[in-house]
Amino acid sequence: MGKIFNTPLYPYQRSEDQDPGPATRHKVIIIGAGPVGLAAAIDLAQQDIPVLVLDDNDRVSFGSRAICFAKRPLEILDRLGCGEPMVARGVAWDTGRVFFDKDEAYSFNLLPETDHKNPAFINLQQYTFEEKLVERVRALQEQGKPIELRGKNKVTALADNGGHVRLEVDTPEGSYLLETDWLIACDGATSPTRRMLGHDFEGRVFEDNFLIVDVIMQADFPAERWFWFDPPFNRGQSALLHKQPDNVWRIDFQIGQDIDREAELEPENIHRRLRAMLGKDAEFELEWASIYTFQCRRMERFRYGRTLFAGDAAHQVSPFGARGANSGLQDTDNLVWKLKLVIEGKAGEDLLDTYSDERIYGADENILNSTRSTDFITPKTEISRIFRDAVLTLAKEHEFARPLVNSGRLSVPCTYDDSKLNGPDMEQLPRATRPGAPLKDADTGTGWLLDQTGNDFQLLGINADVPETLEVGGITIKGFQLSPTESLKTCYLGDARAAVYLIRPDQHVVARWLAYSKSATIAALRQATGKA
Amino acid sequence: MLITKPNFDHTDDFYAALIKAHDGLSKAQSDALNARLLLILSNHIGDQSVLDTALKAASSEKELS
Ligand SMILES: Cc1cc2nc3c(=O)[nH]c(=O)nc-3n(C[C@H](O)[C@H](O)[C@H](O)COP(=O)(O)OP(=O)(O)OC[C@H]3O[C@@H](n4cnc5c(N)ncnc54)[C@H](O)[C@@H]3O)c2cc1C
Repeated sequence: MGKIFNTPLYPYQRSEDQDPGPATRHKVIIIGAGPVGLAAAIDLAQQDIPVLVLDDNDRVSFGSRAICFAKRPLEILDRLGCGEPMVARGVAWDTGRVFFDKDEAYSFNLLPETDHKNPAFINLQQYTFEEKLVERVRALQEQGKPIELRGKNKVTALADNGGHVRLEVDTPEGSYLLETDWLIACDGATSPTRRMLGHDFEGRVFEDNFLIVDVIMQADFPAERWFWFDPPFNRGQSALLHKQPDNVWRIDFQIGQDIDREAELEPENIHRRLRAMLGKDAEFELEWASIYTFQCRRMERFRYGRTLFAGDAAHQVSPFGARGANSGLQDTDNLVWKLKLVIEGKAGEDLLDTYSDERIYGADENILNSTRSTDFITPKTEISRIFRDAVLTLAKEHEFARPLVNSGRLSVPCTYDDSKLNGPDMEQLPRATRPGAPLKDADTGTGWLLDQTGNDFQLLGINADVPETLEVGGITIKGFQLSPTESLKTCYLGDARAAVYLIRPDQHVVARWLAYSKSATIAALRQATGKA
Repeated sequence: MLITKPNFDHTDDFYAALIKAHDGLSKAQSDALNARLLLILSNHIGDQSVLDTALKAASSEKELS
């Protein structure tokens, strides 16, 4: 059997849309079947919004790409019906070790939170991740959900006509035209959509090159994240080792600014580097090797008329901190419920501008964090290297210096503080679950909280009565009540005896009170749907 | 609040100890020592507003008034 990344998973098939005649109009078209486009499509389809995905390829991602998936995306994937198979397949890890020169400087543990269903991180090859998403698409199709995935369909021209977007699509059998009410561009960092519509993509480009290799080897390194600053086997540079499923190991070598790309990619050179690191007798097989430089940048807005940008098309970060695909999934999580309300005529189009606002807030946080990590890992001036090395030297003996070590601040979801969709807060309740924050998972005594939420507006009463349903302008709020378990108390009550939380379909908190009030709930829902 | 009035217990002793710590060090070693010392002291202070004022004071002598 061939490798999954060589297998056409959605081979080209002629569609009726290619027959002569006027262009077929779709509700939503997504360009790009990467992690972000597929997640958006699954989310829409499982809520019965018809969606068509176009991709210029017909298989999963090629080469060394994402491997670390954080807790929040795993929670989102649970809502999309495919989190559990990913966690079952992935390598869970929580320990990181940092080495400086020849020795270990310190180690950290991302203590697994016992009250959460999902681990802090799993490592999984992006190609497996995408394969699982495609499997989910197939399962939805079998249930008759309105989702279609067209391989070898390359979008070559675009125009937003105000009322709809018109696309020209190239296929092995020639080109055809399509129209769509809404377009989601998930076509990656080099986004042709962005270019065709003439939008900018501003930010910082880092000059250091990184040689990223995936090797298959039988090794007894533990499932930990190992990061080296200035190790003997890569002097003056950094390196990273991470375990993936199926005995695949990810190794990153920082290799500096002025390099001879071709020479670096010669197999003998890669083998020489690997032997220096892993030992003379290490036996391994190369899966991929490539050289990357990294960027941190974003579009000025993520919505332009009828086109919404998500994932790498909208923003790009360096991989330290695993924020690329992770934040892309948070984009679609934020976007899909809003788009659904707009399509169903239950909210105005302006609601989509809050997608742009909220996710730009998230992107800026990610860009800030990953820029700082990259600056720490690749100091730009002599003095920044002096301070960097001082931090690393001190870290071995002095606990205070360890938080300063920045080999990547690992992805955590952002709280949409100041979002105009947020309703009132009750400050005596725990800060972690304030309006704008994603729900924190909790053991409710009857399962995980996150498994009981999502897709709808919900009203959670803890020690408080809430109605079973409440209709507001065509939107149904679903109420549910829980008795306070220890973990609900910690995250949702604090010192209060009771609380009521209004929750968005993407599991973020809208507003919270100490007791239910119908008028306050209605006002908060209007706020959360852009009607205030 | 950043203290800008004299605050040393033993001014001359401190100064001598600071210079002595650098005895026999190369420029690179001295730079490294200074960086470590600065990080240790900054952590001791901790308060971001004090550190900000100190950074400002060190960056532009005019604002020391
Ligand atoms: C070395 C490396 C390590 C990384 N590690 C991590 C990590 O640990 N964790 C993490 O979260 N992220 C990581 N990332 C980032 C992650 O790979 C990306 O953020 C992620 O792939 C973005 O997904 P996407 O769906 O937005 O875009 P892509 O995965 O780039 O998908 C875009 C899709 O659009 C299609 N397309 C493009 N143009 C057209 C067109 N004209 N017509 C039709 N289709 C088109 C492409 O074929 C492709 O399938 C890493 C990246 C690199 C390079």
